[in-house]
Amino acid sequence: MLIGLDVGGTHTDAVLLSKKGLKRKIKVLTDPSDLFNTVLSGLDLLLDNIDPLDVKRIVLSTTLTTNAVVQQRIDPVGIIVSSGPGIDPRLFRTGNHYFPVAGSIDHRGRERSPVDPAEIRTIAKILKKEGIKHVGVIGKFSPRNPCHELQIQALLAKDFSKIFLGHHVSGNLNFPRRIATVHLNTAVYSMHKKFFHAVKRSLEQQGIKAPIQILKADGGTMNLESSMDFPGQTILSGPAASVMGAIGYAPKDQDVLVLDIGGTTTDIAILVKQAPLLEPVGIGRGIYKSLIRSLKTYSKGLGGDSHVRVENGAITIGPDRSGPAMAFGGLHPTPTDAMVVLGLMEAENKESSLGGMADIADKLGTTPLKAAQTIFQTACARIVEEAIKIVDRINRKPVYTVHEFLEGYRIQPRKILLLGGPAPYFANEIERQSGIETQAVPACSVANAIGAALARTTCEVSLLADTELGIVAAPEEDFKEPISKSYTEEDVIERAYALLSEKALKSGSSPDDLEVEVIEFQKFNIVRKFSTQGKIFRAKLQVKPGLIKGYDQVYTQLNKNNDGTPSGAEC
Amino acid sequence: MLKASKKTGLVFFPAFDWAIDPTHPEREERLLYTQDQVMEEGIFDINGIEEYKPDLVTAEDIQRVHFCVPDEAAITTQSHLISAGGAKAIARAVMEKEIQRGFALIRPPGHHAMRVAHGGRGFCHINMEAIMVEYLRQEHGVKRVAIVDTDCHHGDGTNDIYWHDPDTLFISLHQDGRTLYPGTGFTHELGGPNAKGTNLNIPLPPGTSTEGYLYVINNTVLPILEEFKPDLIINSAGQDNHYTDPLTNMKFSAQGYAEMTRLLKPDIAVLEGGYAIEGALPYVNLGIILALADMDFSSVVEPDYDPVRLEQTSHVTDKIKRTSDVINRYWSQRKELRAKAGTHGEIQQRNREIFYDTDNIFERQKEKIRICRDCGGAFEIDSQASTGNHVLCVHIPLNACQDCIDAGHAMFRNADMDRYNRAFLQDQTQDHYTIKQS
Repeated sequence: MLIGLDVGGTHTDAVLLSKKGLKRKIKVLTDPSDLFNTVLSGLDLLLDNIDPLDVKRIVLSTTLTTNAVVQQRIDPVGIIVSSGPGIDPRLFRTGNHYFPVAGSIDHRGRERSPVDPAEIRTIAKILKKEGIKHVGVIGKFSPRNPCHELQIQALLAKDFSKIFLGHHVSGNLNFPRRIATVHLNTAVYSMHKKFFHAVKRSLEQQGIKAPIQILKADGGTMNLESSMDFPGQTILSGPAASVMGAIGYAPKDQDVLVLDIGGTTTDIAILVKQAPLLEPVGIGRGIYKSLIRSLKTYSKGLGGDSHVRVENGAITIGPDRSGPAMAFGGLHPTPTDAMVVLGLMEAENKESSLGGMADIADKLGTTPLKAAQTIFQTACARIVEEAIKIVDRINRKPVYTVHEFLEGYRIQPRKILLLGGPAPYFANEIERQSGIETQAVPACSVANAIGAALARTTCEVSLLADTELGIVAAPEEDFKEPISKSYTEEDVIERAYALLSEKALKSGSSPDDLEVEVIEFQKFNIVRKFSTQGKIFRAKLQVKPGLIKGYDQVYTQLNKNNDGTPSGAEC
Repeated sequence: MLKASKKTGLVFFPAFDWAIDPTHPEREERLLYTQDQVMEEGIFDINGIEEYKPDLVTAEDIQRVHFCVPDEAAITTQSHLISAGGAKAIARAVMEKEIQRGFALIRPPGHHAMRVAHGGRGFCHINMEAIMVEYLRQEHGVKRVAIVDTDCHHGDGTNDIYWHDPDTLFISLHQDGRTLYPGTGFTHELGGPNAKGTNLNIPLPPGTSTEGYLYVINNTVLPILEEFKPDLIINSAGQDNHYTDPLTNMKFSAQGYAEMTRLLKPDIAVLEGGYAIEGALPYVNLGIILALADMDFSSVVEPDYDPVRLEQTSHVTDKIKRTSDVINRYWSQRKELRAKAGTHGEIQQRNREIFYDTDNIFERQKEKIRICRDCGGAFEIDSQASTGNHVLCVHIPLNACQDCIDAGHAMFRNADMDRYNRAFLQDQTQDHYTIKQS
């Protein structure tokens, strides 16, 4: 059996799946100040009366990193950067312990000026004196040649327990993002380690031996050991869980909008022929731009529990949540209350909802029922508007899915899949307003946790071969080998494939799920003085993101149990 | 987060699948290292720098500028259409005020492509800047345009296209034609009789350094731009003046390019040549982007930059100063020069021979233009090429007076179709292109 657990802003959802279907699902409130207990209480409920040895896989998606970044509860760490020509590296400062140093590598990976060991030793002394435990080292063009990062690491090794290097995070070029990503990994490392080791110990005490997998922002998983080198990759895994939860219901040949309507926010994502859209460089939300591979998701501050107000004679919804809906003991009216009043949704405390609507109605000079109608329609309209705006925005830029770059592709959603607790109540109205076929997915309130449970272990490998320089290298994997002039395209792919398989198995992939694909391949002649001096090959391969094999029946069962009505048993 | 003081748009179209031939300087690899540098610097993450997708230009876009023989499809590839479309996408974004400035980092280049195009010359098939400018005129109402061509080779294609247009100020700075392809662009080449003085060619001696370029910009180009008062300034930003360029003999640097861009303040820059693809382009393009965005570019320095080695000799300096004076004098006399160039209503003829080095085509032109003091003047070009094509090309300019419109229609009507395979009428007043076949 499999466990999927997704910690959300409001609720934590967890499911237990067997090959035959959904065995158990639970929902508990998230306690942002104690995520450890949130996770444990979720797992306890889920595993009640279950033989721990039956559990074969556990996938966790948490907001630990996201919260730490938002609340700025991250460790002070040392960051050392070497750059060379270009934008002044001082502009990318990450904190108080930030040191631009000598040394420069160019775009082909050739050293243009050396590292100064004395300078590094001096910085090490300063950092130690200031009590810094973890250090990140980032060089410009280190994915082309990591020698400076490695040299600086060697100079620091005896003084610091963990050193994060820029070339390990991604084969993509983007120096400022590499700095930010290494900083994030370094700064959340101790917290991440403490948290997951505690979870692991606790599960072991319950007799669960299954390996823990952690969901990443790209909708794939990695095992606990791998996560220690890339703790930042767990950021924004929640929206990725929802997307993975929707894939099983997406038609094979259409574009689909995925809307996960939660308590506080609605997350918006797009599937092109079942493949989620990808952020080509990395997560770029707000000011925190990184190289963390991520699905393209958008968040709108509008959910079932959004605070509804009247401002200047018009209704506003969100972006904040001020506790639960009045129907469930809250103090402020919400879209959920509107749905209760409209009879779309059952609640014991309908009177409170009515009170909230009456309050709004007074301010608008209308009846509570009409006010509820307006709130509900406005909420749906905002969600539809936002989704359409996002599709337009995406269509103006090159489109990348997790599988390929789609040259000149225009996204045209033909279906909307809704997830989240209030999804079934919204479906009809969203369909009416958008004119697009809309369906709340089966078990929509825990579809995200199902997505997490079934997500494949993914990873990628970037390989560079330069026959003029005589080198084939995958700096992320610390792989480098001399090659001859006659190195071919086939050699490149074969080598990259071997590196990728090894990496995937090490990260916890099952051999059955090793579906590998080439996502980038470029080949250039290096011509100097009108004759070909060599070739440059650049290849990027990945384990195809998707759902693990052997669990198709889960969807068959869920679809069968879902009679399609809003009050369907699974929602 | 970094912020651009001027909102700047970039189109990046490196045409990684297009080359003239595998070892030609104009090949797939050309913008590879530039792309790497731009990506590594995180340029697209800067607040106020936007990436745009290139459009695809249509035959209609090309027909506003060129007479393609036998037709547009025959002399262009998909890459040309996207490259020109890159310039167009940037121009539209500037016009719609989404951005204040734009840079189309595109290839293939275009500034050697002339009005009549039988094939490729100087690695160019169609003229990206001209297609963009005529699009801006037809669809965005732009009138006066200045094109400053800072490619090391004379921008003879753009020069040819705007030879008769008094509303386009074309200034080319280039290495002296006696020492470099295409061998033209001397100071006395000032434009046709209806546009004398709005075509300015500034040949610079081999060995010109940053100092020399900036001298010409400050002492000639900027004062003339100031007086011409264009609605829009376009920079044909070739990068082959660089001290490491394999095809030329200049001593310009990345810092120099950035400073020149800062001074010129072009609304739109379009990449042209530049073949020092590793040592120059990554740094020069980065410098231009930062200068356009009005950001600090002081750390954009080539790894092997050595200012002492790049000093220009006093002999070169003197020569540049003299050329600059000559151009300034021509500019101040442009009205008199134009008046002397012909009498209103008369027809003047010019005969030319054009060699297409890229496609090895030889062309003979007989051009007849109506001298006009009210507009740019209608003209016809009788063009015969070694390909066997013989065509008549009639052009009626956008601002044409009624007499020139009538004259143009008469030229087209009277075309002797026994002599020509095809006759074309490019009527810019109607934004219409008509083809007659024999």
